Amino acid sequence: MIYEGKRKIWSEYQKEIPDDHYFYVRSCIRQSFFPASEATFLRITREALGKDIFETEHHTTCGGIAYHSDTIPQETVMTIIARQFALMAKYGYENYVCSCITSFGLYCETLETWREFPELEAKIRDNLWKSCKLEFAKPKFLIHASDLIYKYRNNIAAQAVRKLVNVHTGEPLKVVEHIGCHYSKMFPSKGVGGAEYPYVLVGMIEAWGGEIVDYPERRHCCGFGFRQYFIKGNRGYSLSNTHKKFESMEPFKPDLIITNCPGCPYFLDRWQYVIAESTGKTYGQDGHGIPALTYEEVAGLVMGYDPWDLGLQTHQVGVEPLLDKMGVEYDPAKKYLGKGGKDLGTPVACSCLR
Amino acid sequence: MVDFGFGLVPSSRINLDLFDKEKYEELAAMEPDVRVCMACGSCTAVCTAGRLVQTSLREAIEDLKNARPEKALEMLGACQLCGKCSMVCPRGINTRHLILSITKVYSAG
Repeated sequence: MIYEGKRKIWSEYQKEIPDDHYFYVRSCIRQSFFPASEATFLRITREALGKDIFETEHHTTCGGIAYHSDTIPQETVMTIIARQFALMAKYGYENYVCSCITSFGLYCETLETWREFPELEAKIRDNLWKSCKLEFAKPKFLIHASDLIYKYRNNIAAQAVRKLVNVHTGEPLKVVEHIGCHYSKMFPSKGVGGAEYPYVLVGMIEAWGGEIVDYPERRHCCGFGFRQYFIKGNRGYSLSNTHKKFESMEPFKPDLIITNCPGCPYFLDRWQYVIAESTGKTYGQDGHGIPALTYEEVAGLVMGYDPWDLGLQTHQVGVEPLLDKMGVEYDPAKKYLGKGGKDLGTPVACSCLR
Repeated sequence: MVDFGFGLVPSSRINLDLFDKEKYEELAAMEPDVRVCMACGSCTAVCTAGRLVQTSLREAIEDLKNARPEKALEMLGACQLCGKCSMVCPRGINTRHLILSITKVYSAG
């Protein structure tokens, strides 16, 4: 093996991630799926890492869901994105951090399209001025929020109170990492590790003490795939996609799935319930499922944050077996209590999935 | 069990370990045109039977290569041997003869 050549190839898969001063935009769907993940990200970035990260309530959706569902044209999406960039420039930032993988893919697509077709960029500039009286500046760095956590994964590990280790056996937890398709499959050079060897989540798992599970369908889509899910008649394809992944990972007995996309943890989590209730099959131990968490939730767990503050009760698959393995202390009575002890209501128990 | 109004669709997984190379070579020896097909689908587009039932020579050839000969035979069972496909094939394949050869080779044992 020629190591110089390997190193050269690997260097092409790296991306530059800025050190500080970030402009943060949230994801539309993560706000409702796993609402505490973004709050945890900001808490870690500000309090644990001491970084300057700014967000404004004036930013909107990127338009990605409508775009990928073929309900709005690309120029409309580009104008929405141009407005987000204008907000970033207005507040004096040039490092754009987005929470959503769909948005990240769309921002990459927009910037690449403008690079290829400068006349289109000029047209969008004109559109933005006509519609909002705003001017935009392209970001100096465009990164996904998981890139930032990846960059500072060792700092987080240094502050961690626990590792991704089974405290009863001393063995590292077996972790499945699932990268959102739009992170680097569309523009490999924009993601850490490219499309073939995406390293962004692997780096976190290694730094936090877990063991990576390499299984045949590792790079398969989670099953979201906008049009497959939005139309009920096609929803079976989405479910089957997820089913294929679980059948593939099952023999490796994973303890945990870690994801960096809004849709992936949702579908890898909720479809386990649907598979269990419609076929009776479960993939965890003793009738449990495999918890599918966001990278912020996993970072919060190793940092010692309260699991219910991390919003782990919003997952369909119960996280208690994982918390027990990691030695996380939690109060079961507080699972469904919101802010100020407000009762959020207890969901109806599943008949198959424990 | 709960009925969600949707469910798992049959797996489209192809197991190439099940591909019967000997049989395919036997077919290719008898009908070299099977290698000439470029899967353009012109045959399917003009197929009279294909308007009424699920039959497609293009798909049948793909099924043979993907280790699903029973599916190919079932599909070709609806062929009326009208020969319209041979008139439009850009590769000049004698499709009627090919269909008969496929049936002969794969139906035997």
